[in-house]
Order: sequence, then structure tokens, then C-alpha cells
Amino acid sequence: MIRLTKINKTYDLGAEKLRVLRDVDLTVEDGEMVAVIGPSGSGKSTLMNVIGCLDRPTSGEYWLDGKNIAKIGTNALAEIRNLKIGFVFQSFNLLPRSTALENVELPLVYSGLLRTKKRAEEALDRVGLSDRMKHLPTQLSGGQKQRVAIARALVMNPTIILADEPTGNLDTATGYEIMDLFRALHKTGSTLMMVTHEPDIAEQTERIITIRDGVIESDVANTPVMPEKPQPKVYGEAS
Amino acid sequence: MKTFRLFLMSMGNLKSNKMRSLLTMLGIIIGVGAVIAMISIADGAKQSVSGRIKAMGTNLLVVRPGQHRFRHVRGGTVETLVLEDCEAIRRQIVGVELVSPELASSQQLKYFNQNTNTVVLGVHPEYLSVNNFAVKDGRFITDEDNHNYRKVVVIGATVARDLFMGRVPIGEEIKIKGMLFQIIGTLEAKGNQGWMDPDDQVLIPLSVAQKRVQGVKYLRAINIRVENEDEMGNVQAEIEQLLRRRHRIQAGQDADFNIRNQKEILDTLGEITGTLTLLLASIAGVSLVVGGIGIMNIMLVSVTERTREIGVRKALGAKNMDIMFQFLVESVMLCLFGGALGVAFGVTASEVIAHFAKWQAIIAPSAVMISFAFAVFVGLFFGLYPARRAATLNPIDALRYE
Repeated sequence: MIRLTKINKTYDLGAEKLRVLRDVDLTVEDGEMVAVIGPSGSGKSTLMNVIGCLDRPTSGEYWLDGKNIAKIGTNALAEIRNLKIGFVFQSFNLLPRSTALENVELPLVYSGLLRTKKRAEEALDRVGLSDRMKHLPTQLSGGQKQRVAIARALVMNPTIILADEPTGNLDTATGYEIMDLFRALHKTGSTLMMVTHEPDIAEQTERIITIRDGVIESDVANTPVMPEKPQPKVYGEAS
Repeated sequence: MKTFRLFLMSMGNLKSNKMRSLLTMLGIIIGVGAVIAMISIADGAKQSVSGRIKAMGTNLLVVRPGQHRFRHVRGGTVETLVLEDCEAIRRQIVGVELVSPELASSQQLKYFNQNTNTVVLGVHPEYLSVNNFAVKDGRFITDEDNHNYRKVVVIGATVARDLFMGRVPIGEEIKIKGMLFQIIGTLEAKGNQGWMDPDDQVLIPLSVAQKRVQGVKYLRAINIRVENEDEMGNVQAEIEQLLRRRHRIQAGQDADFNIRNQKEILDTLGEITGTLTLLLASIAGVSLVVGGIGIMNIMLVSVTERTREIGVRKALGAKNMDIMFQFLVESVMLCLFGGALGVAFGVTASEVIAHFAKWQAIIAPSAVMISFAFAVFVGLFFGLYPARRAATLNPIDALRYE
């Protein structure tokens, strides 16, 4: 469970101070599927970074699974990222010279766990890529790369999976496939939180938080609307 | 387990950048190789020279004239060391086995239209055994030759080869300083042993060398073989006293000659070659440091190139130490492999050089160990800064890096 109280993030730009997050209060229960939307520069990425323990708030309390982590050390923060957070990035961020399997193994290696290969294989299996384990990222399509990234995010069984524009670099059909995968994961109990620009992506989640100028403008429950699947283009067929 | 996995990851990265890794290692390969080759060459030269001196016997004393001193300015050759000194040593000093006076000069030799420059040495018969030479053909110079001023010559193996191309030249005549000398013998080759060729000389009776060739009365050296090696010190002191008396040198004054024994020569030689080894090794060591800077350079480039990767690793839970370890392993492994290849390179190089220089390559295990350890140290030292830089990157900045 995530609870933010009075989180502020201020950047000191010398002459003026830039307040990116202002007294943000937010609670995300286990098993939720949340979309964070808002215009560019609204602070949604900074919010994600704070929740993902990549960045520290200037002030406020951040309780993750009952532990205040606003003021813990660098190493402890790395450990929390490893154990409790799973990241999915817009540009996939797979290590280019490592195979899909090796990429998924990475968080397991850093945690010092044993039998990493088996667990990584299971994670890849869950995202439907059991036949692509030995492939390098360059040998995978965009959608497949994002699946590898999702497998990597969920391999540690984190408290929350954070996705920053997970469909931003994908075409609509592939983007919807990724959303299908997220929903499937959500059904098995994973907590998901994603930042997105695209309203149709946000509509597929259960809660939509809108941020503007560092303040939560609205926070509403949403009934997921399944979009109509765009038909994959078929070439060479007479109409 | 985790450490091992991180280690494998670093190795994988080096492997996927084969060309770059190899080029980076080249500096270390050359550095380590050069250090080993230099030390082994210097050791080989030292061994070869000292081996030759030892072969001549450690029970040898050499008396040489000192130098004139006139108000602290050193001048020409002292002419006070004469044949009479030699006789006196033979007669008066107990424990002296053989005394061999010498007078050397460099002269041109002529045989019909051929000529060569070589050392012409005026000697007594004792020369042969004191200097461990053996006669190959003919006979050696005798006391009669000396007594009768016979213009006879015994030629060294190199000269024999140069002038007569392997023919036995006994009875032939060659010209030294315009005078005809009859060849009565040739010497067995000793072989080239480093800096000088002991076979590149001809021997004539000392009397002829003094009176006819150079027109002088003095000697350039007296070689003395002592009967018992343990008596060296006593004999040396007695000879010194005798010669001081004969040359009328006051107590407290510098003698006009000096006596060296083989051990002193060996010691001096050891000092000289030791300095030489250090000099060569430090020059080679510089290239090792330069190699290290090359590694630092490449590691810095690599850190910049992989900024995003570092960000991803940190987002996935890598601690600063993990990142540091990864980059440090890369630079140390580069140096380790470079060092190993450098050892192979250095050993090969010194074998090849030793082969052409005709001495034995001596590869000191300490040289190998020290240069290898130094290479690893270089890897650690020059890898530390880039690794620290990678480790302390802010994960958000690293992730956003384009």
C-alpha cells in the first residue's frame, strides 16, 4: 500500500524556486489499477519518480507498506526499488547486449537471489514470450520489447508496477495488446500505476488521477472501457 | 553468488566489445612486456659478462697503471709500471702462481691486399694459462721468442677467419706497423661473449711490442694468478706494498697504479648493471602508466556511453557499490588479461633478443610477478575514478540521458 502525505518537491533554480509537487496527498491500495494523466510539466513524472524511489521529496511523508521512506539512505532506497517497485519505461530501456532472459534476470541478480533463471523464465512465460528468451532486444518488435520490460518489472513480485507512458512508443494495436497484458496482470492481483498522455489508455484503468501544476486536480473512479480493437492491417487481400 | 553474477556480467560486456577491449589492453600488454623484456635483457647481459669474468677465474689480480695527477687534473698514462715490477712480484711475493705482463695497442694488420684493425697484445708465455686460452694450430710464444725479439705472431680466431677464411695460416707472414711477422700459431675460439670479442686480437712477444711496435718500456697490465683463492687479500696487500716501495711512493700518497681483483670487478659490474636494469625497467614502467591512462580514458568513455544503462540498473535495484564493482571489474580484468598477454609477449621478446644477442635469456620470476601485480594495480587505480563516476550518477539523470 502506498500513502503520500503533503509531498512537496521543489527545484532550486537559483533565482527562483520551482515547485513541481505541492502538498500532494495520495493513497493507492493494493490491487488497484491507476492512471495518472496531465499536461506536460504538470509534475506527473516527478510524482512517479518519487513513488518509484528514484527521487526524494523535498518534504512530506511517503509510506510504502507501512514504512516511511522519505528519508532513508541511498542503499536502502536501491533495495526498495529492487524489492517493491517494478518499472516499465516508455522507451523499454532493455540492456541492448543482453538477451531477453538476461534482462529479466537483472533485478534477481541484484537482489542476490538464487535460481534466477527459473524465475525469469516464469516471468517471461507470463507475458507470453517463452519462445523469445534467447533473443536480443534488437531481434524483438516494440511490443515484444515492452513485454520483456514488463516481465522484468514483475519478476520480483513488487508491491507496485510503475509504468511511464508504457504505450507511448507503440502503435495503437500493440499499445492495446500491452494494456490487455496489464489488465491480465491486474486480475492476478498486481498493483499498477501508469502515467499516460492518451485518454483511451487512461479509460482502460479503474481510477484516473489528473494532475495540473503540481496539484491533484481530480481523482475519480472509472469503469474500464474496453476499446474496440483496431483491425490489424492485412495486406495483399482483395477487398 | 551475486558478486559472481556481476563479475560474469562485466566479462560479458568486455567480450561484446572485443576490438575495443583488445586495443585498450594493448597499452598494458606493451607495458608489461617491455618491463619483463628489459629486465631479462639486462639480467642476461649481466649473467653473460659476469660468467665470462668468472670463467677467467676468481683468483686473478690485475695491476694497472694509475693516472698522472697534476694539481687534481688527471693526465696521460703512467709509465712507471715496467717489466722489472713483474719480475719482482714473481720473485718476492709468496703465493703467486703465474705473472703475465701485457702491453696492448690497436694496430692495422695487413695480409697482401687485405687489412683489418685489431688489438695487438705483447705477452709472455704465461698469458695462455692465466687467460684460459688454448692453442689450436702451431705453437705459442716462448721465452726464446721474447729473448730474441723474434717477429712472430699468434692470431686469434676472429682475425684468422677474417684474413685467412679458415685456412691454417701457419708460416704465412702478415704486416704489423709495416713490419713482417711470421704466424706461428692460432688460438682456439672463446666465442663472442657480449660487449667484446676476445678472439679479435693477435699476440706477439712482449719485447717486440715494447721495443719495435710501440717503442715504450712500460706495461699496460700485469695479470697475476694467485695459488690459493683464500690468500687473495694478503697477496694483493703484499704486491701493493712492494710496488709502492719500488715506485718510491710516500705513505699517504696516492699510488700510481691500482690493483683490482676479479671479485671487485664483479661487484662493480653488478652495480653498473643493477643501475642499468633499474633505468630500463623504469622507462618500460612509464609505458605501463601510459597504458593505465588509456584504460581510464576508455572506461570514462564507456561510462558516458552507458549512462542510460547505469540508470536502468539503478532503477532495477543496483546499489552504488554494485555499479562501482561492475566497472572496476572491467578495468581490472582488462589489465589482468593485458598483463597475462604482456607476460607472454615479454617472455617471447626476451627469448628472441637473447637468441640474436647470443646470450641466455634470464626471465626473473620476480620481474614477471612485479610487472603483473603493477598492471593489476594500474587497473584498480585508473579504474577507480570512472567507476566512482558511474556509481554516483543520479538514477533519474542517468535514465533521461540521451
